[in-house]
Amino acid sequence: MRPIANTRSAAGIPTGRLAVWWVLASEIVIFGGLLVSYIMHRIGHPEWADQAIHTNVWLGGTNTFVLLTSSLSAVLAHKAAAAGDGPKAARLLYFTSGGALAFLIIKGFEWTSEISAGYTITSNTFWSFYYTAAGLHALHVIAGAFIMLIVAQTAKRNLELHRVELIGIYWHFVDIVWIFLFPLLYIAK
Amino acid sequence: MSEHAEHPEVNYVKIWAILLALLAVSIAGPFLGIQVVTLLTAFGIAIVKAYLVAKNFMHLNIEPRYAVYLLVTMLVFMLLLFAGSAPDVMKHEGANWIKPRVEVETQAPAHH
Repeated sequence: MRPIANTRSAAGIPTGRLAVWWVLASEIVIFGGLLVSYIMHRIGHPEWADQAIHTNVWLGGTNTFVLLTSSLSAVLAHKAAAAGDGPKAARLLYFTSGGALAFLIIKGFEWTSEISAGYTITSNTFWSFYYTAAGLHALHVIAGAFIMLIVAQTAKRNLELHRVELIGIYWHFVDIVWIFLFPLLYIAK
Repeated sequence: MSEHAEHPEVNYVKIWAILLALLAVSIAGPFLGIQVVTLLTAFGIAIVKAYLVAKNFMHLNIEPRYAVYLLVTMLVFMLLLFAGSAPDVMKHEGANWIKPRVEVETQAPAHH
């Protein structure tokens, strides 16, 4: 039997899912505040374009592809869970975690080349925003991957399948944040 | 397991393919070399992609409306932050004032 906190839905939304929406509401303010600050500084400093030109649009684009694909596997995991197929949902969650790992490896490669070229978090304010925003996002990727592995462990035994949707919603949000980070940091030169 | 009343049949792979096509356009935009086109394609497409993910992958279209209102409220707060502080940050001088330049922009070394 599942705990009552997961099954009741006095507010019209199951409590677990409602909690995820609240988490995302606070995340919007966290990322939104950071990105809005970046946007207004960027508009106030057109000369930052000379720095932004050094970000690698191909690596950023590849990572966008990786996250969009991992979002697809996350929603397919939810579909499998909704159909009661826990083992399939778990496999898709493992695949999604693999996407998170690929994203982090690409990001590690990217940062290594940038730092070794002398573009560090203290180089100037553009790079401070760059590493802060992408770093905060990467921490969310790491957290999401860990939670997905935990959820997959129970899902493969057909337990707590509602969690598959919950981690999926969080993962799609992480995807959406990157959808905005990509043009802000890589396309706007 | 999902507690949604009903899940309309969504072709998730098709949505993913559309997202990838939009990604390709946003990468191709800068190659035209027109900054306005670059910014419009990049940010316009980002909004469309975010909408597609929120609607089809997060299923916000079938969630009770107040979940959407909750998230939109936070976006409004974000815009309030922008509206409240943007004039100070974005302008360096006005009709009767000049902002002292306190930011020290140290140049990163040239790309090797």
